[in-house]
Amino acid sequence: MTETATEPAKRSSLTASRGGAAGDKVFSGLALAAGVIILMVLAFVAIFLVVESLPALWPEVFSDEESIESADTFWQYVWPLMAGTLIASIIAILLATPVAVGIALYISHYAPKSVATPVGYVIDLLAAIPSVVFGAWGMTTLAGGVVPLYKWLHEYLGWIPLFGGDAGNTGRALLTSAIVLAVMILPIITSLCREIFIQTPKLHEEAALALGATRWEMIRMTVFPFARAGIISSIMLGLGRALGETMAVTLVLSPGIFSWSIITSGRNATIPSEIALNFPEAFGMRQSELIAAGLMLFIITLVVNMIARWIVNRHKEFSGAN
Amino acid sequence: MSKRIEAIDLNVYYGNFLAVEGVNINIEPRSVTAFIGPSGCGKTTFLRTINRMHEVLPGARAEGRLLLDGEDVYATGVDPVTVRTQVGMVFQRPNPFPTMSIRDNILAGHKLNGARMSRSEADGIVEKSLRGANLWNEVKDRLDKPGSGLSGGQQQRLCIARSIAVEPDVILMDEPCSALDPISTLAIEDLINELKNEFTVVIVTHNMQQAARVADKTAFFNIAGTGKPGKLIEYDETSVIFNNPANKQTEDYVSGRFG
Repeated sequence: MTETATEPAKRSSLTASRGGAAGDKVFSGLALAAGVIILMVLAFVAIFLVVESLPALWPEVFSDEESIESADTFWQYVWPLMAGTLIASIIAILLATPVAVGIALYISHYAPKSVATPVGYVIDLLAAIPSVVFGAWGMTTLAGGVVPLYKWLHEYLGWIPLFGGDAGNTGRALLTSAIVLAVMILPIITSLCREIFIQTPKLHEEAALALGATRWEMIRMTVFPFARAGIISSIMLGLGRALGETMAVTLVLSPGIFSWSIITSGRNATIPSEIALNFPEAFGMRQSELIAAGLMLFIITLVVNMIARWIVNRHKEFSGAN
Repeated sequence: MSKRIEAIDLNVYYGNFLAVEGVNINIEPRSVTAFIGPSGCGKTTFLRTINRMHEVLPGARAEGRLLLDGEDVYATGVDPVTVRTQVGMVFQRPNPFPTMSIRDNILAGHKLNGARMSRSEADGIVEKSLRGANLWNEVKDRLDKPGSGLSGGQQQRLCIARSIAVEPDVILMDEPCSALDPISTLAIEDLINELKNEFTVVIVTHNMQQAARVADKTAFFNIAGTGKPGKLIEYDETSVIFNNPANKQTEDYVSGRFG
């Protein structure tokens, strides 16, 4: 700096670059590259799925055959799988979300520190269990345990189509898969919600308390509105995992044709488990069918995430971010 | 409504640490009282014991008696939630609920109390409170916009409007102007002068000119050293505290000689 001051004719002190500017350029380049790579990977996956699915989607145009193997049309084949996937995932979300939000609130706002920390660790530990273990547990332990419950549901609530079918004796039905999925996504939702609940500004919590709010009212006035977008995001992440979960469902569910009854064994199937069960032996048209089913799952997940974004953005003005 | 505040031998602890020791004070209804003193001397801590807000921190507790018109706030069976509906509080930094509109911010306290009111009653409360906080003319056309869109000074007046909306007996202010510019500060000080016609106002401030401008009486708190409890040193008419204090520590503090 002193050098530029003594030789003003040669270099302006303003145009001389400061040390560290190179690092800034490198970092912005890296960030750009990371963003481009993500988009490219996504594009390649989408292209692969579309190209490989075309024979199944339009057999008349893109293959030598008249129709697909498993059904008359692709939609006839795929809609029961889509319905099974969505039903299982939605039930899993409905079961897991209230429990997860409750646990997260307990850890963040109710429990003394000596309890909250170990409970938090246990939740994180639950997230570390491989899905195949959940599947094995669901198949051996849970499926047997829920049979009496299914029988009860069928007997007393059988007029609801969901419990309309015969309960059977194995319990390896769609509802069992949904319960396993709920346990699996519980830690994701819980730990994300806890992170967000903790970040609620103390200032807002105290504002509510000073107005004479009880702790629950304070949570409803400040914590939930503040955490709203975060809760939705965590549910969507959980939903994403439930939609794509393969191993746990494959082990638990004994698949079959679509049925509204979610307590009957040998009914319903989900896209990921359908692919996992059949892909190793599939070739030609059958392989295209399965990949096309995967494409449908991809689209479902995309739509779910777009809906989530839309919900989050709708109340941006009131989000507290400004 | 406006209530007298009396503290009798009040000690405040954080866990085992004695933060404020032996406060005896008698604050008149319909008056403005300022708490001054160096940082960490316990003035905010004592202020927060008046509406039991210090209990929000785990391990914080108070011993002794604190009377609102003769009723002990710390008697067994007293719910801090009830105390806080009668003793409003304004914080150091403006904290309107960001997810609520200006109108809903004002009505937040009423909704907590489970009051069912008609649209016109609610409108009346909103207008009265905002007028009371000298904010009505500035926000009357955007009551449904979020409170966080206002300027800092307006937000702080919105917070004052929110606390007077439930018609408390006492309003506590914890350095309400420390995050504001001088013009907003003046607006708040004018407002404090009006508030004392209806409420007992207690204000913690680091600004001695502010105490001299707004307070009828002033209490000086001091601390003997780090780790020692804060104490109420002197409590008298504001003019006495600033011009003719009885205690040497008070004189040193108000004349700018610390020690």
